[in-house]
Amino acid sequence: MIGLEHYLTVAAALFVIGIFGLFLNRKNVIILLMSIELMLLAVNINLVAFSSYLGDLTGQVFTLFVLTVAAAEAAIGLAILVCFFRNRGTIDVEDVNVMKG
Amino acid sequence: MIGTDLQIILPEIVLSVFAMVALLGAVYTTKDKAAGLLVWGTAGIFVIVGLWIGTTGDETREAFAGSFVDDGFARFAKVLILFSAAAILLMSQEYLARRDLLRFEYPVLVTLAVVGMMVMVSAGDLIALYMGLELQSLALYVVASLRRDSVKSTEAGLKYFVLGALSSGLLLYGASLTYGYAGSTLFSDIVASSVDGVSLGLLFGLVFLCAGFAFKVSAAPFHMWTPDVYEGAPTPITAFFATAPKVAAMALFGRVMFDAFGVVVADWQQIVAFLSVVSMFLGSIAAIGQRNIKRLMAYSSITHMGFALMGLAAGTVLGVQAMLIYMAIYVVMNLGTFAFILSMEKDGMPVTDIDALQMYSAREPLKALAMLILLFSLAGVPPLVGFFGKLYVLRAAYDGGLAWLAVAGVVASVIGAFYYLRIVYFMYFGEEREPLDRNGSPVLWGVLMVSAAIMVFGVINLFGVEPLAAAAADTLVN
Repeated sequence: MIGLEHYLTVAAALFVIGIFGLFLNRKNVIILLMSIELMLLAVNINLVAFSSYLGDLTGQVFTLFVLTVAAAEAAIGLAILVCFFRNRGTIDVEDVNVMKG
Repeated sequence: MIGTDLQIILPEIVLSVFAMVALLGAVYTTKDKAAGLLVWGTAGIFVIVGLWIGTTGDETREAFAGSFVDDGFARFAKVLILFSAAAILLMSQEYLARRDLLRFEYPVLVTLAVVGMMVMVSAGDLIALYMGLELQSLALYVVASLRRDSVKSTEAGLKYFVLGALSSGLLLYGASLTYGYAGSTLFSDIVASSVDGVSLGLLFGLVFLCAGFAFKVSAAPFHMWTPDVYEGAPTPITAFFATAPKVAAMALFGRVMFDAFGVVVADWQQIVAFLSVVSMFLGSIAAIGQRNIKRLMAYSSITHMGFALMGLAAGTVLGVQAMLIYMAIYVVMNLGTFAFILSMEKDGMPVTDIDALQMYSAREPLKALAMLILLFSLAGVPPLVGFFGKLYVLRAAYDGGLAWLAVAGVVASVIGAFYYLRIVYFMYFGEEREPLDRNGSPVLWGVLMVSAAIMVFGVINLFGVEPLAAAAADTLVN
């Protein structure tokens, strides 16, 4: 029988993978966007699992809002990334370093 | 029923409709030619809405079954947000126009960010909180990279976006755990569920929420985006980041801690006290090595957020009142300081190196004096208003049983005084350098002088902010 804990464990694992993806990734910025998406989706699993467990619809409504915002966030992130690429000619994470200190 | 709900969120609706009409109107007609006019119009509307909210009366009203709360606390924060955003718009108009950055999107995005902030401070529900926060953040990511053809500005936008999205993720994870273990997203239900002790899951939710808020107020150890974003963004945008969003995030922090976790003060008090002490010391020490005045202001804002969090950490009515007064004073000081930074130019190009200020007093004694007052006030030197802001939070922390935190605050402010006084030293006793331009923008001059005058004359009665903040704090804590 698959219970609430299993869903929460999967969500926690995905969330941690997302955070590690943000910090350990040295390759390129697109992977950062994917990691962010992974974190938000982990939260969605959490919300839907709780919603079903509690028999309360609010969690699923919250999930729909999160999905919408995640889409808007990805759009803005890509737009900024395109501008950055035009100026810098690269999207390697190691090259996002004009300012330091 | 829906009519009364809409009535309560009317200010937010008015601003959103204004933003959309302005966007459509500008796209279909004159594009960037009317941008200057739109900036002034937006600032005017902010002031009108601010006055309207400020004179609504003092009752607490709830809309949409408690997910939107309009109380004294929210109104205090909203008036502060609207007035500071209006001042920033007026200050930025000339600077942006001369650098060909004055696009019509700028006032529209600022309006949307302000709507987001107003929803944040009024949130009574985790969903409303998240939507308000994201509306604010998404608009701010875009304005940070407003200068599309500059590596620094787009890099600032990118860094702000990645770290801001990370903080939203943390906050959201906390919100999902809170929802699961409290059984509801409404703050009033969350507080009811934790009356007989807080469960482990709820505690995890609380910690994640705090981490997300700490990012948004740029409290250490979640401050790493602040210096880069402040340096990279165009200066008027930096000034905006330093004022209104900080007020909104700090008010939201207080709102969630008291409305949703008000019965478990001891649990979050330690977290907030930790954030406060780390921010104060990190901001004070890391700023010492900075030569760029925008980076310096970033570390300065980290220190100031540490002090404001000290008021929150006290967990009392007095603490919230001290936090609100501190934020109001902080905003006025930052407006004046950024008006000065915006007027620092050489051959028409902006200058941000503090070495350029050497012997500034010999050429512009009045502006140098105003800046001296503001810097002393930022450092917390008596008898200026900045000192009284610090005094309030220190007293609140001491009364709240956090004497160690108050002592740490005094030590940190002594360390922090060094870098403010170094700028004063450069201005009055430095060596002769090539002079900066004489910038004649009357708006910047006016904001600088008014804010310096407030720092001096505010000591009489703080312009009546104290009783207002007390009333606002009272509605939040009880």
